Amino acid sequence: MEKLFFLIFAVIAIVSAIGVVSLRNPVHSAISLMVCFLQVAALFILLRSPFLAAVQVFIYVGAVVVLFLFAVMVLDLGKERFGGYLHHQRPIALVVVIGFVFVMGFTILHGSLDAPLGNYTEEALVKNTEIMGKLLFTKYVFPFEVVSFLLLIALIGAIVLAMKEKR
Amino acid sequence: MPDINTLIEVALIIVKVIVVSLILFTLPIPLTWIERKVAGHIQVRLGPFRVGPHGILQPVADMIKLMFKEDIAPDKADKWLFKFAPLFAMVPAFAVYAAIPFGDKITIPIINKEVTLYISDMNVGILYILAVGGISVYGIILGGWASNSKYALLGGIRSSAQMISYEIALTFSCIGVVMTSNSLSLLDIVKLQSGTILGFIPHWNIICQPIGFAIFFIAALAEINRIPFDLPEDEGSLAAGYHVEYSAMKFSFFMLTEYLAMVTASVLTVILFFGGWNAPLFMPEIPIFWFVAKVGFFIYLFMWIRFTLPRYRYDQLMTIGWKILLPLSLLNILLTGLFLL
Repeated sequence: MEKLFFLIFAVIAIVSAIGVVSLRNPVHSAISLMVCFLQVAALFILLRSPFLAAVQVFIYVGAVVVLFLFAVMVLDLGKERFGGYLHHQRPIALVVVIGFVFVMGFTILHGSLDAPLGNYTEEALVKNTEIMGKLLFTKYVFPFEVVSFLLLIALIGAIVLAMKEKR
Repeated sequence: MPDINTLIEVALIIVKVIVVSLILFTLPIPLTWIERKVAGHIQVRLGPFRVGPHGILQPVADMIKLMFKEDIAPDKADKWLFKFAPLFAMVPAFAVYAAIPFGDKITIPIINKEVTLYISDMNVGILYILAVGGISVYGIILGGWASNSKYALLGGIRSSAQMISYEIALTFSCIGVVMTSNSLSLLDIVKLQSGTILGFIPHWNIICQPIGFAIFFIAALAEINRIPFDLPEDEGSLAAGYHVEYSAMKFSFFMLTEYLAMVTASVLTVILFFGGWNAPLFMPEIPIFWFVAKVGFFIYLFMWIRFTLPRYRYDQLMTIGWKILLPLSLLNILLTGLFLL
């Protein structure tokens, strides 16, 4: 049963991901991206991480793609339709794809499907939001702060770029 | 072959889903009539009066009209998206109710079986509702864009900016409640609001989270696009906003979504701040009754506000969202944290 659902979500996710890069209209691409993110959220639920799934829908589907759409909608779509968008990137792309396939193949062949549970029993993990919050603010507080700092820098960078455009 | 008890559980869930969806589908029919009657009486006129006694059959007449009207799509519209946008808006409005508890448990008298009055008790319930509720914005943006019309596009852009801005304040105001109840499950949040403080004040979150409630209520008004924040469909400057090109059933799907959003906002206010199905003061506990009564009161309040207040300007809307509500909601989280310490 679980495998069936996994296959459904995975197939839709891959098909929509292909749609993101191959559709001609940027708005359609953004919608494919949203569908893809929703499928990833569903996969998180299959992996028993409801918190991650909710956050995935919240941030990626509810905010990031909406902002994409917001930006794409005000573009002049007649000009921005993707024609000739591979600016001599073919050889680089080929190398990256081969490398990616190699790494994926290696992980799939050598990985194991049952990860050890660690300190927590199956029952304790039902309330995994609480555990995750505690870990984030105790054991992993340093990486957590570094990430938020990086995000802040990115935010300021975006504002600076937008300010320059205005002048 | 799974055993008989699992089958009964599965059947029960399916029955609950069907019942809840049917109620939600039919709920807007009386609501449109009530809204117009409330509008009429607030503005010292009669409201609908022609069809049936006191115009009570008006929604039926409207429904017939909407079903048989010609379904027009603009010539240069994006045909697929134009068709799917109402669904993008409607599906999340229904999906939210998968996590909303209407009551705790009741025992059906004859077969003596305990039935829970919610479809599922998720341990991330409140996050799920806010996340899925946020998806509704797609219907509005895509509807506005696919119509290939200036007014619709402007309405769509305005509403996406508005909904994203106010979603932040809305979510942050919920964090205060989550902190005091120490749970993300709506069932736990309501259960913790039973009982009283000092023997006579009901132990509802409105008492310990007054700022949180104010922010939540204002942000919810903006999130469901009601006056004073109904900029997406500002008749004066945008004709009708994002659904200006829609007619017939597609238009009615958008209307359905708007009414459901209002119901959802009332339901969330009741669950998060007004004790859910807990009876006020020393009234007897009746399953569902108190919940419906409180939700009904808030639906009336939304209508009352609609016909009492004027509309804000767009820049005022953004100022309220980013410069007042957002800092205030952060302050609320800080204060709640200090009190909890």
